[in-house]
Amino acid sequence: MRRILALWMARNREYYRDKGSLFWSFIATPFIVIVLAVAFSSENEEIFRAGLLIDSASDGAYTHPFGEETAIGLVEYTDRQEALRRVQFHQLDILLTTQQPPRYWVNTESAKGRLLEKLLLARQQTETTSPPQPDWQKQEVSGKKIRYIDWVIPGILAMNMMFSGLWGIGYVIVRYRKNGVLKRLQATPLRAWEFLISQGLSRLGIMLAVTVIVFLVCHLFIGFMMAGSYLLLLLIAIIGNLSIISISLLMAARTASEELANGLLNLISFPMLLLSELWFSLDDAPNWLQQLSQLLPLTHLVSAARGVMLEGAGILQVAPQLLALVGMTAVFITLAGLLFRWHD
Amino acid sequence: MTAILEVRNLSKSFRSLKAVDDISFAIPKGACFGLLGPNGAGKTTTIEMVEGITSPSSGEIYYKGKPRDNSFLEETGIQFQSTSLMDYLRTREVLALFARFYANSTPIEALIELCQLEDFLDTYATRLSGGQRQRLLLAVALINDPEILFLDEPTTGLDPQSRRHFWSLIRTIKARGKTVLLTTHYMEEAELLCDQLIIMDKGNIIAEGSPQSLLRQHFKDSYICLNREDLDDDLASLGSRVEVREDGIAIATSNVEKTLAELVALNINLRSLRVRNPSLDDLFLKLTGHHLRE
Repeated sequence: MRRILALWMARNREYYRDKGSLFWSFIATPFIVIVLAVAFSSENEEIFRAGLLIDSASDGAYTHPFGEETAIGLVEYTDRQEALRRVQFHQLDILLTTQQPPRYWVNTESAKGRLLEKLLLARQQTETTSPPQPDWQKQEVSGKKIRYIDWVIPGILAMNMMFSGLWGIGYVIVRYRKNGVLKRLQATPLRAWEFLISQGLSRLGIMLAVTVIVFLVCHLFIGFMMAGSYLLLLLIAIIGNLSIISISLLMAARTASEELANGLLNLISFPMLLLSELWFSLDDAPNWLQQLSQLLPLTHLVSAARGVMLEGAGILQVAPQLLALVGMTAVFITLAGLLFRWHD
Repeated sequence: MTAILEVRNLSKSFRSLKAVDDISFAIPKGACFGLLGPNGAGKTTTIEMVEGITSPSSGEIYYKGKPRDNSFLEETGIQFQSTSLMDYLRTREVLALFARFYANSTPIEALIELCQLEDFLDTYATRLSGGQRQRLLLAVALINDPEILFLDEPTTGLDPQSRRHFWSLIRTIKARGKTVLLTTHYMEEAELLCDQLIIMDKGNIIAEGSPQSLLRQHFKDSYICLNREDLDDDLASLGSRVEVREDGIAIATSNVEKTLAELVALNINLRSLRVRNPSLDDLFLKLTGHHLRE
């Protein structure tokens, strides 16, 4: 315990004395958030988005309710709950289904939704439309609009956590293996697990502190949506952070070249950057890509955090994501411990 | 004298290369024991197997008569040939950190005085000069007041002044009764510091004993040395005792006066003449046909 504490302290010191990483943590991330907030603050979304609820058995056999020629994007959904949530949060302007009875859902608080509703009903009354329009029944949904910035904040915080966790632990361990620091530690009674735990705990503490501070600062200046429990969000942050740290420890278990480590870290971080829904939703993406994204811890971290922040989800609703994160962490950390070598 | 450390039939292979080939030796308690040899002789591989950093391909290592256990790392101090220290930690913090790893540690102030670290206590360890860094690493190696100290080429890369400084430090530590295992390719370092040494080449021990006994055993002669350009080729009368070396000619002789008289009689230019006793380098050359430092 004394050894872990001493190493933990030493690692924390190294962190706050390294001006470069301090800059990235405290300046660069809020900067990205503010730039995005300004960039996306105006209502300049150019197209309408309509959802079509389909039966998975009968997919493909439908016609565009607004006509193929219109600039209205059409996204298919098979999960009704999911699709309704999108209407609720203004991510979909209207949701239709041709299943019996033919219905549509609009958000009563959405101007774009009302416009599309008028368009739909106008087409119904036009005799020339072919095939004839069904007799639509109206259903109402209500919910506050989620701005892009509300949606993207959890993604940015998670991205910051990912980069800091991956490079702050993995890269440092590889460098210490290469320049002999690990060998010097090996020559003391220090055990490998004591070393790994101290590194992990140090980074966990640092990242939680950074994330909380950045979160609060951004909240103060931008005032993004926070519907759920702060405590639950903190729990998600801790477990998510641990999963990132454990991947990083696994990558660094034996690697002895900084170039290879950099390559591996890019290989790990890029899929998460693109597929974990940090910046954009994968709703329109092919199914296999969505499946693939489920293998990435950051996907679960971001999805759980969004659930809490945007929808006020409780612990039961985010339990699947938390379990996925805990499972991944357990696998990665076990492998990292088994594979670890002090020197090459 | 009892051996604090004993090595039996130790071997290490890296794929097809046999780095250390079935060597055995014993280190008496309180001795400074040297592993002397050129680069690539297997010194570092040997010392790292003894330290427990590298695992041997075969052979046994006994510490105080028993296989090494957990107490070994508590009671040994190690200075590697090349190690960095953590970025952004100051000299004093490095010492405090390593002190926490051991059940028993020496007071840091005493170490600072012994290794003369006063001038750079608040300097980041990565910004120290070569000599300062070696002294800090030595202090780290001494932090648990070890019974045996392992030093792997501790003065390689240091300037002559820092090297002499380091040697006097080692002698101070020896005087405190510590056992030291030292590898080096500097013969003067081995002659100056070591009570006993083994000379290694290509993974094998080719000679062992105290520096003086080794020289006595292998040389009865002194060397008369001359520069190459001062000589004609007519040295045939001096027979096979003439060795041509890169730095000149060395004539081995058991009777300096007689050989000098012969040289005078040959009417040779003697302005570069030096008479010296054989060194460990001469011994190494004699045993292997090549120099220690190549």
